Amino acid sequence: MADEGMQSWKTLALGCAMTEPGTSRSFNTGDWRGRQRPVTDREKCIKCGACYILCPDMCYSPDTEAEEEGYWIWNGFYCKGCGICIAECPKDAIEWQDEKEEDKYGQACRT
Amino acid sequence: MIEVRFHGRGGQGAVTSCELMAQAAIAEGRYAQAFPSFGPERRGAPLQAYLRISDDPIRLREKIYHPNVVVVLDPALLASGAVKDGLKEDGVLVANSSKTVAEVRGQCGYSGRTAVVDAAVIAQQELGVPITNTTMLGALLKAVELVELDSLKAPLDARFGRLAEKNLAALQRAYAETEIEE
Amino acid sequence: MAKRVGLEVSLACSEAVKLANVDVIAAYPITPQTHIVEHLSELVADGHLDAEFVPVESEHSAMSACVGSSAAGARTFTSSSAQGLALMHEILFIAPALRLPIVMAVANRSLSGPISIWNDHSDIMAERDIGWIQTFAENGQEVMDLTLHAFKVAEDHRVTLPMIVNLDGFILTHVIEPIEMPSQEEVDAYLPPFEPQQKLDIANPISMGLVGVPEVYTEARKAMLDALEKSYPVIKEHWDGFAQQFGRQYNPIETHHVDDADTVLVTMGSLGETAMTAVDEMRAAGRKVGQVRIRLWRPFPSGDFLDAISGAKTLVVMDRALSPGADSGPVATEIKSLIYATGGGPYVADFVAGLSGRDVTREDFKQMVDKAEAAAAAGDPMTFEMWGVKE
Repeated sequence: MADEGMQSWKTLALGCAMTEPGTSRSFNTGDWRGRQRPVTDREKCIKCGACYILCPDMCYSPDTEAEEEGYWIWNGFYCKGCGICIAECPKDAIEWQDEKEEDKYGQACRT
Repeated sequence: MIEVRFHGRGGQGAVTSCELMAQAAIAEGRYAQAFPSFGPERRGAPLQAYLRISDDPIRLREKIYHPNVVVVLDPALLASGAVKDGLKEDGVLVANSSKTVAEVRGQCGYSGRTAVVDAAVIAQQELGVPITNTTMLGALLKAVELVELDSLKAPLDARFGRLAEKNLAALQRAYAETEIEE
Repeated sequence: MAKRVGLEVSLACSEAVKLANVDVIAAYPITPQTHIVEHLSELVADGHLDAEFVPVESEHSAMSACVGSSAAGARTFTSSSAQGLALMHEILFIAPALRLPIVMAVANRSLSGPISIWNDHSDIMAERDIGWIQTFAENGQEVMDLTLHAFKVAEDHRVTLPMIVNLDGFILTHVIEPIEMPSQEEVDAYLPPFEPQQKLDIANPISMGLVGVPEVYTEARKAMLDALEKSYPVIKEHWDGFAQQFGRQYNPIETHHVDDADTVLVTMGSLGETAMTAVDEMRAAGRKVGQVRIRLWRPFPSGDFLDAISGAKTLVVMDRALSPGADSGPVATEIKSLIYATGGGPYVADFVAGLSGRDVTREDFKQMVDKAEAAAAAGDPMTFEMWGVKE
């Protein structure tokens, strides 16, 4: 097999352990998303937090910078584009929106 | 090396008898091995337990097929052929029975040295239960000096605690009452 | 000072674990291992051993709990037999992969079916390739000594691997015999407190048990294999250290009268003692017979074994398990493949004997020797025979 970042057995950590904590934080799973991202319409949003609770990748977090408290903000670095938030939003406030390739790795989006 | 085979039934304490004897012999600085005929414990089922005592290390893990001594805890087992099976002609049969030595010999077809004691009566009177395993050790010791009586005291204490004294009394009475014929 | 006591071998194992001052025992009782864990449970309940006894609901959970406690840095022990060991199967591979120095006593018993509680080696042969270090005891003293040695080897930072001490069910576990019990001071001098090489620690977080994608799995297995191979000199070193401390010497391959022997019996486990007596009796009758006892099964001491049998014309291997569909039992298969690489070597006769606790006597061993010598002289094919099977 092609040697793509393979590591010698002599340099593996004991028991193949991961000795650096929290490495999944730097794993850009947003890379897996297609050309659409979920976008929340805050006119319809009732701040119930279903998107935050149900997102399997914890992409939604409290939006501390919004003028009004209680909204949730999406993080494109982790969102794989599964669409669970869109399917589960009780107010149909989240919809797919096309995104440009160059925006894909951008910072968290606020709409 | 002396090999002893106990015949009893599940619950009669044949395995315990072997263990006590082995512990006594080991306490005397000798070598011993005590083991049951392995299997699920079933109260009332006939079983055998084995004892080896030697002055040298014992390097054998086979069952005992040609015992020097056979001890029978249950009189009802005397007539079964298993008791005499492989017992050496110059060996010893030690039996719990209310019958005479001659009658016991007739029952099991063994003509060698035979020791008989009515252990059921002794156990009932001394211990209040008809469990004859420790009582029969008295008969065994009288027939064959396998260990010193004193060496059995610590194992009896460890095994029976406050009941050790009664077991020892039954054992000593059996020692006194055992009839032996060559 | 050591004291000599008459003790059931199972209890000698428990007492060794107590002397090793383990932190965690997670176990599920199963015949014929029961007395080992029952006594440990008593020792913990009565306050004689300061440890956590985790009474799990299955052996799968027992080994899982052991993996967890060992990963957390606790000195960990468990014990099982047959169906219980089989139920641990998938977790058994994980312990060496994570490099967890768990110690386990396996009271060897037949795997069903038909249902059997009696002794043979079918349970451990089904776990041959799990990556644990494995030793075999022949008597109660060895059970006590090899258990202490197992902690010493497993926890050595040059090793850090789990280790199994095999003892034959009933034939050892249920026998009372003399045991030299070392004192706590002697054991403490031999076995220092457990200093884990790596552990789960919230102050210093790491992750264990990660996925091994195809780019990593082969290297991870190679690293584990390398550790197992490199454990060999450490195993010997700690047996030598044991001899210095306690006066009893153990070796990966033990020999008895092999120097001028034409025919050598190869045994593993408690029946080696009966075989040794048979060898002595055959020697007394003028036969040039010797014996090799395999004490270290994994990693297999290939060099020691070949040295020990170098003068033999015929090997008589006693296997205690079948390898259905194979050319011989697991021990003989191992030996034949070793000998093949030497380009010569003795005739190998293999007898699968003592299945499910069927007695193997001195007489049986003598007959095996006769039969093997005749087969070697006739140049019979080197297959195997199920000893004593009623036609």
